Amino acid sequence: MREERNIFRNIDWILVFLYLALVVIGWINIYAAVYNEQHGSILDFSQRYGKQMVWIITSIVIALILLMMDPKVFTAFSYFFYGISVLSLLVVLLIGKEVSGSKSWIDLGGFDLQPSEFAKIGVNLAVARYLSTLNIRMEDFRTKVNTFMLIGIPAILILFQDDTGSALVFSAFIFVLYREGLSGNVLIIGALVIVLFVVALMINKWIIISLLGVVAVVWFFLIKKNRRDVISLLGLFVLVAGFVYSVDFAFHNVLEDHQKQRINVLIGKETDLKGAGYNVNQSKIAIGSGRFFGKGFLEGTQTKYNFVPEQSTDFIFCTVGEEHGFVGSVIVIGLFVGLFVRLVNAAERQRSGFARIYGYGVASILFIHFLINIGMTIGLAPVIGIPLPFISYGGSSVFAFTILLFIFIRMDANRLQLV
Amino acid sequence: MQKALSKRKYVIVLIFYITGILFVMRLFYIQIIDRSYLLSANSNVLRHITQYPARGLIYDRKGKLMVYNEATYDLMVIPRQVKNIDTLELCRLVGIDLPTFRDRMKKIREYSVYRPSVFEKQISKEAYGFLEEKLYKYQGFYVQPRTLRKYGKPIAAHTMGYVGEVSPDICESDPYYKSGDYIGISGIEKSYEENLRGHKGAKIIMVDVFNREKGSFQDGKYDTIAEMGKNLYASLDMEIQEYGELLMTNKKGSIVAIEPSSGEILALVSSPTYDPNLLVGRVRSFNYNILAQDSLKPLFNRALQATYPPGSTFKLVHALVGLQEGVLNLQTRYGCSMGYSFGSVHVGCHAHGGPLDLIGSIAISCNAYYCNVFRTILDNSEFPNQAEGYRTWRNYVTSFGFGSRFDTDIPNVLSGFIPRNEYFDKYYGKNRWKFLTIISLAIGQGEILTTPLQLANLAATMANRGYYYTPHIIKAVGDLNHQQEKYREKHTVPISRQYFEMVVEGMYQVVEYGTAHYYKMDSIPICGKTGTAQNPHGKDHSIFIAFAPKDNPKIAISVIVENAGFGATWAAPIAFLMIEKYLKGSIAKKEVEERMINGNLMNVK
Ligand SMILES: [Zn+2]
Repeated sequence: MREERNIFRNIDWILVFLYLALVVIGWINIYAAVYNEQHGSILDFSQRYGKQMVWIITSIVIALILLMMDPKVFTAFSYFFYGISVLSLLVVLLIGKEVSGSKSWIDLGGFDLQPSEFAKIGVNLAVARYLSTLNIRMEDFRTKVNTFMLIGIPAILILFQDDTGSALVFSAFIFVLYREGLSGNVLIIGALVIVLFVVALMINKWIIISLLGVVAVVWFFLIKKNRRDVISLLGLFVLVAGFVYSVDFAFHNVLEDHQKQRINVLIGKETDLKGAGYNVNQSKIAIGSGRFFGKGFLEGTQTKYNFVPEQSTDFIFCTVGEEHGFVGSVIVIGLFVGLFVRLVNAAERQRSGFARIYGYGVASILFIHFLINIGMTIGLAPVIGIPLPFISYGGSSVFAFTILLFIFIRMDANRLQLV
Repeated sequence: MQKALSKRKYVIVLIFYITGILFVMRLFYIQIIDRSYLLSANSNVLRHITQYPARGLIYDRKGKLMVYNEATYDLMVIPRQVKNIDTLELCRLVGIDLPTFRDRMKKIREYSVYRPSVFEKQISKEAYGFLEEKLYKYQGFYVQPRTLRKYGKPIAAHTMGYVGEVSPDICESDPYYKSGDYIGISGIEKSYEENLRGHKGAKIIMVDVFNREKGSFQDGKYDTIAEMGKNLYASLDMEIQEYGELLMTNKKGSIVAIEPSSGEILALVSSPTYDPNLLVGRVRSFNYNILAQDSLKPLFNRALQATYPPGSTFKLVHALVGLQEGVLNLQTRYGCSMGYSFGSVHVGCHAHGGPLDLIGSIAISCNAYYCNVFRTILDNSEFPNQAEGYRTWRNYVTSFGFGSRFDTDIPNVLSGFIPRNEYFDKYYGKNRWKFLTIISLAIGQGEILTTPLQLANLAATMANRGYYYTPHIIKAVGDLNHQQEKYREKHTVPISRQYFEMVVEGMYQVVEYGTAHYYKMDSIPICGKTGTAQNPHGKDHSIFIAFAPKDNPKIAISVIVENAGFGATWAAPIAFLMIEKYLKGSIAKKEVEERMINGNLMNVK
């Protein structure tokens, strides 16, 4: 009994507050994005804001249930949840319904379930369980392979659904693995790969390869000329040049036209404002026109009059930027960054490795969504359709993010108990 | 180990912060520094729609509508917003082919991609009806309502003038006008442009991505309402204007009728004329070119711009000046033997009994008599020489409004010509000219030139016995009771009323038994004067001026029929018919009317 009472006393109310703030902000902006004079009532369940309201309330109920549960369940059933996730991803490939190019939905009679949203929870639980197992060390090659398998299998299944965005989210685990001992070079190499990738697309491959050659020759004269160094320098040059060449090759021979276009628009090679660049351009216009204080609640014109596509889901941040301006945008960004930092700090204070790894997972998944989604709306990332956590419209995403977060809040509330 | 790894938290937190800061910086750039997004947003949703006010209507003196407006529609385009349209269907609707469409869009794009341009002016009603329904399919296109002038009756074309698109010069100098606006180019439309045009309004509406209207911007805070132009109340009487044009069918010349008590022009006919509806809308420039090339010059407003020697009508002025100067009285008689001869100079006259007194000289229009009168005016002993006598004479003449432009509301009024002393000095040399040199002025020929309007004003001055009001065409602006103050100023001729009474008696006798007695009407006492303008290029022009009734006159008139010879043959009967029509409403002698209407003098040279 004592324990029951302690749960609510030990809950991290700051996390709960940040969650509620974002959910409410999300609802307000969905209301504004789809608002029209004919359907003014906030309880109109035929409208998206009415539905979102139902989902938010349901989510809060789910959150309360999670808080009542024994946290041991999460550990004990983590592989089970993982199994279910993978299974549901397989099912969706078989009987899924296609919405705007992605076959990632299961029609549950009125509610479209998106298993890829829930898969993140299963993967996060499984990774936490696996890495927190005794005698599992990140340095071991086997551990690395198993971990990448755990993450890779669902990611590939999601790729098969043509939902690149959701698959990309699994790259979030790179932060978790880094924290658990993966070499820091992984992050640096990752960043370098992205830079080289972009450069390879922007500049002719032969120019880059020649420049790399010049750098290699200069390097060759600067280093002590022992055999090993020369060989590794040569190897590095071949590797990088090969990468540049294959990026170029892949871009021209593997990617489909619309994907090429999106990338071209992003790196500024193309400014087709009617085609691929239209969404990003309209999104920037909506946000940019908000100026400092914004146009005011329900006064946004770009979002309300449908200049911005997907204005209640992927491009919900446009409504924030347009109606609430720089001030509102910074508040939302501040709330998110606050949430991530709070999560990482909370994860670090966990006694159990499971809870810590899971906490890092939550922060990283939310962060990648934030990075790609807002980056896309302000023209810093390619157009990749993934929701902004807690803000975007969508039952699956609200439920999944709520569950993802509150499992951690429940475990965190239990941190003082002995495992 | 765990301890060391927990330090990695800081790397991860740092990445979170850097991302947040990058986003904030980016937002600062696009939301605060770069204004172009705001402009793009406005060009996305805001559509500035000019509200064109209806042009003021024009009524005649009896309140009958003369000029009104008809709705028309311009198809506008904002090139930037044009996307995914069925070009072929649009071409079919507008009635153009594909190359024309491309060509136009190219030109419009060159002008501006963001600003609205007229794609097709005055689209047909069918096209409008169809487009209105389908407009949502043509993103970037919309229909702008405009108005065009419409004339209920095809009369008074010269007076009304016409409306056309504003020229680039005016666009540049007057900020009110934008390319494509309409402006009065001639006639009343020009002189009352500022009253007629009203005030343009601007409405800012919001449109969604499908170009559908979504209501006004900020509840219309920045909208201005178009204010309709002011209505004009013309002094014209549509009925006699129309009748005058009918009488002048197939004749070159003009009729000007004035209400003497106010200076209001009742009719202003210039013939040949044209249907004012021809110079409206998209057919305007086509028709204008045809009219401009017509050898009969239908666009030329003879009533205001043709100048003729006044002929014998000027004898009225000589008589008045002579009386006032004391060189002439009612009993003064001069003989006439088929004219006036002095040395080698001879001025001919027609056969008549004599010698005539003043009244008789007017009634019979004796040339010799007025050579004598003119001579006595110049020879007046009050002046050192004839040149000074001439100067005095000229001052009297100009006080009737001759030789200068009326400051009136019809544009392009000409001044005519009454030579100054300096003119003769230059032409003949100082002190090298005298009465005999300029003797033709005595009979209203020679250098002097007058416009039909000035002659009508002479008739009005005679009717008023010594004063006139500036002839004008618009009684009131905006409100019929709001009479134009400017035209209430009385211009008095420095000649006593009693002398006017004498000359008026002469004019009365012109019709009673004199040169115009043939068309005498018992029902209306008319005072008139015949005249013939010598025409060095062909047959003389027939002139007649008159007013009626003799007492308390209601109408003063001048009629000029070109190449019609003596004043009594054509000009006088036409003037009589006009007077009868105006005062009685109907014509008693139908055969005269018929002969006048059917008379064709177009080909007489
Ligand atoms: Zn005579």
